[in-house]
Amino acid sequence: MFNRDRWKEILEVLTTNWFRTVLTAFGVFWGILILIILLAAGKGLENGVKADFGDLATNSMYMWARRTTKAHMGLPKNRRFNFKLEDIEAIKDNVPNLKYVSPRNQLGGYRGSNNVVRGIRTGAYNVYGDYPEIINQEPISITAGRFINNNDIDEKRKVAIIGNGVRNELYDLGEEVLGTYIKIQGVNFMVIGTYKRKTANQGEEGEKQIFIPFTSFAQAFNTANRVGWMAITAEDENPITNIKMDIIGLMKKRHKVHPEDSRAIGYNDAYEEFSKIDRLFAALKLVAYFVGTLVLLSGIIGVSNIMLIVVKERTKEIGIRRALGEEPWSIRKQILLESIFLTIMSGMLGIAVGALFIYGINALLEANGPVDMFMNPSVNLGVVTIALSILVIAGLLAGYIPAQSAIKVKPIEALRTE
Amino acid sequence: MIEIKNLHKSYQMGSNALHVLKGIDFSVKEGELVAIMGSSGSGKSTLLNILGMLDVADEGEYLLDGMPIKNLNETKAANYRNKFLGFIFQSFNLINYKTALENVALPLYYQRINRKKRQEKALKYLEQVGLKEWSHHLPSELSGGQKQRVAIARAMVTEPKVLLADELTGALDSTTSYEVMGLIQKINDKGNTILVVTHEDDIAHMCKRIVHLRDGVIVKDEKVKQVRAAEYVQ
Repeated sequence: MFNRDRWKEILEVLTTNWFRTVLTAFGVFWGILILIILLAAGKGLENGVKADFGDLATNSMYMWARRTTKAHMGLPKNRRFNFKLEDIEAIKDNVPNLKYVSPRNQLGGYRGSNNVVRGIRTGAYNVYGDYPEIINQEPISITAGRFINNNDIDEKRKVAIIGNGVRNELYDLGEEVLGTYIKIQGVNFMVIGTYKRKTANQGEEGEKQIFIPFTSFAQAFNTANRVGWMAITAEDENPITNIKMDIIGLMKKRHKVHPEDSRAIGYNDAYEEFSKIDRLFAALKLVAYFVGTLVLLSGIIGVSNIMLIVVKERTKEIGIRRALGEEPWSIRKQILLESIFLTIMSGMLGIAVGALFIYGINALLEANGPVDMFMNPSVNLGVVTIALSILVIAGLLAGYIPAQSAIKVKPIEALRTE
Repeated sequence: MIEIKNLHKSYQMGSNALHVLKGIDFSVKEGELVAIMGSSGSGKSTLLNILGMLDVADEGEYLLDGMPIKNLNETKAANYRNKFLGFIFQSFNLINYKTALENVALPLYYQRINRKKRQEKALKYLEQVGLKEWSHHLPSELSGGQKQRVAIARAMVTEPKVLLADELTGALDSTTSYEVMGLIQKINDKGNTILVVTHEDDIAHMCKRIVHLRDGVIVKDEKVKQVRAAEYVQ
């Protein structure tokens, strides 16, 4: 394989007609470049979309109570009901494989009226009553101070964690935030922390939110043990999609809802959404491989074609070599090596240029700030390895037919071609 | 050295077969210099191709140095050609992108001899044909006579049992032809067995024995008084 004379010969053969070699190589180069760019673009799109989920526990569901639509156990239809704090304990006790079950309450909302006051400034914000675990389910990070802890819950402390959007509107630039007070619907809360969102999918709204302890919320805003909605996260290896019906069934039983009343309890299954996206990107990747490989195939056919011509041109030479005693396998090996060498060289160049291209795009993205739904296009080492093995196989395929036709050359016939 | 009994060969030409060799019996001893003569179509090239294992006979026996040559697969035939035979062709058949030295060393490459030894040996044989100074020239930079001398060196380099020359002077002018034949005679003087296929009388008479072929059979097999090529060359 690593035989000086053989390689010398390969180079001699491929360099005798530079222009032709370069044109042939371009086919393979182009194919692998397209493959790499398609895969990188797909990855970039995937990264961009998945970044919107951020650290959000994707194996989660949200569940809220609505009106019943069926009469059951003597209760009328169209009845309102609320989840209670006791439901949380019931879920934790009865449904296995759950990581977090967080009850939540909310004040304000989309286009709500001003509900938060600080000095002469006011604003309309979502205010959430939460338990400490919610920080594991919502993709936020604390930028100053701290988040709600268990003591806040137990002692019903009136403390608040505000988003950076809230801080910008209620405070001057550089003003100390921690330890100050804001008035939420007439009740004073001490600000003990600020946060920012890890993702951009809620836009600015995502940071115009205030978190306060669930128990304080209940007392200050008179929600008692009512639960507005729940955020439930399952253990990683158990998709929430498989568990959610158990939870909903349990809730129906506890609230005397007809078992077939499918509209009484609303829910949103993030895992299912996420797996849809996963499937979408898997399909996209498949398309990229398919298209890329097809483009590559036309390059390979080009190589095969040229190798056939090379063999034809060298018929006489091959005849001489056979007369001088070269074994058929050696000739076949020579043709195959030439083909593989050409394919791999041009393929490597394609990979290199593709990598450079991706690098350029990344640099451009970095310089001009993030773009919606597109982030960090890349191909990993696995893809490059796959591409390389495709190339080797391609080279073998491209060389096979020419190599076969080369060893079919009979020495006398070859020598007769004058 | 070479022993042939009842050799037949026919070619399929469309629907009818062309019977080229019709029972050849023929033997060559070690150290002989034999010319095979005949007009075109007499079967002399076919005979040479069979002797050179480039083609196979339909019928008959072929012994090379006591070794039966039959049922060879391509690989084995290639090995035998490489070890036992040296070829010299009318059109030289040098590989045009390799230097004279590389051309001569090529058969040794197929014997998997290492590069340094190959080059040493190839250079030695190039020196014998008087082309040591031309070793790094490409065939395109050599004259016809020089090319044929390189080809002879290439045929000799594996020290074969038999040298087979097919119209080796066919593409050369007469002066150069005589020079090349002189070289052939010198090689024969050292005891090498050589077969020369030719249709030129003067070339044939520089051999020690002439076998006449006509329509696929040997019509005459005579020993002749060798004319030394040196007598022609001033």
